[in-house]
Amino acid sequence: MIRVENISLSLGGREVLKDVSAVFEPGKTNLIIGKSGSGKTVFLKCIVGLLEIDSGAIWYGDVLFNKLDFRARKEIRKEMGMLFQGSALFDSMTVEENVRFPLDMFTTMSYDEKLERVNFCLERVNITDSNRLLPSELSGGMKKRVAIARAIAMKPRYLFCDEPNSGLDPKTSIVIDELIREITLELNMTTIVNTHDMNSVMENGEKIIFIEEGEKCWEGNKSQILQSDCKLLNEFVFANALAKQLKESAR
Amino acid sequence: MTFRFLSGFGAYWMLLGKVFSRPEKPVIYYRQTMKELVSLGLRSIGIVIIISFFMGAVITLQTAYNTENPIYPTYLIGLGARDSIILEFSSTIVALILAGKVGSNIASEIGTMRITEQIDALELMGVNSASYIILPKVVATLIFNPFLTLISIITGIAGGWIVGTTAGVITSSDYIYGIQYAFIPYYITYALIKTLFFAFIITTVSSYHGYIVEGGSLEVGRASTKAVVYSSVFILLVNVILTQLLLS
Repeated sequence: MIRVENISLSLGGREVLKDVSAVFEPGKTNLIIGKSGSGKTVFLKCIVGLLEIDSGAIWYGDVLFNKLDFRARKEIRKEMGMLFQGSALFDSMTVEENVRFPLDMFTTMSYDEKLERVNFCLERVNITDSNRLLPSELSGGMKKRVAIARAIAMKPRYLFCDEPNSGLDPKTSIVIDELIREITLELNMTTIVNTHDMNSVMENGEKIIFIEEGEKCWEGNKSQILQSDCKLLNEFVFANALAKQLKESAR
Repeated sequence: MTFRFLSGFGAYWMLLGKVFSRPEKPVIYYRQTMKELVSLGLRSIGIVIIISFFMGAVITLQTAYNTENPIYPTYLIGLGARDSIILEFSSTIVALILAGKVGSNIASEIGTMRITEQIDALELMGVNSASYIILPKVVATLIFNPFLTLISIITGIAGGWIVGTTAGVITSSDYIYGIQYAFIPYYITYALIKTLFFAFIITTVSSYHGYIVEGGSLEVGRASTKAVVYSSVFILLVNVILTQLLLS
């Protein structure tokens, strides 16, 4: 479980996170939603420690993560996997080398054992016969899937996804969403996904946190989101014409 | 302006602190260093040979035209070319050229890794990104740049000999006598010591500018330019200091 307590952060004199608290439970796909520039990515980067918070606390189980030094954080980071917005695959490495990288760095497995694990992870995300390809030779959807394979290579307890659907067509987005949901259940991970894709919200939203201007405005799940009274949330959720029509017809 | 320079200077030394911390898995760093030896060292041989050959030729021709006097023996052309090449050209000028080639390459590579979140990915895995990315580059250039300097010295002197004799400004025997006359072996040591300092400056200054990039491709371009400018300025500054320390 990840627990975030009253975290705040200012960047360049602007308060980008204001007293945000949340609990993210294991075995669930937790979503952070909000429009572009609302502070979702900053929030996620604070949770994983890529940005240092000004105040508040971040707990990984019983460990106060934000007070740990680099070496102590390293132990928890070995239990983290992250899917970045642009996939963040290492350009100079092949698909196989990308997925093998954390295993090379942090395990004493033999080459054959590592290769077996790499192939298992790649098959799990439906990538086959692409071990020797470079990231530049992959499509956007394939890159995301390879990034997921790399993220789960070390069997993490925590998975973080920053806008996993960005730049993907609707069908591929659904595939990625399903993959994240299935892997979360399989490995009983605590998964946190940043998104503004409403399809993801309605499919995966077991727990949803809505952020606006760096503040948490609403918390609930996918069945509660359509009935919410939160004006800002409604403006976000029903921003497009189709969603508006659905709401009207529901009434 | 002064504050920005000082805070940048402090950040540079702090980054170096991270770079020279204990590597997570030495075998991975060794492999990375081998890759960098090829990328930053072997792939620079071509340009070093071409530039050194022509610079050696020009130095010889200019020395010849400036010493066109019956008082001076012609072998002095060879001596002058040799000392110019060893003392200044093959260490400092080649370092400035490498600051352009290798420095911009390093800054743009690391800058791109930064803006495409590859460095964040490393950090998130618990890898010391500064050490993993920069240390192999520093080690590779410290190992290989002295060889580049020696290649440059040999090619420069050879260029001077070929063009000098072909143009008829000096005979082959005079040139060969000149390059052996009053030779001080310490000059080679001096050139190699300077090369080590310059290699360190090129890789660390360029890596620093790439590592701190924020924004997009435009900023990566700016970082690449800054890397070359700052590396060149520091090379020239350290050149003065080292010359005073080593030759006085």
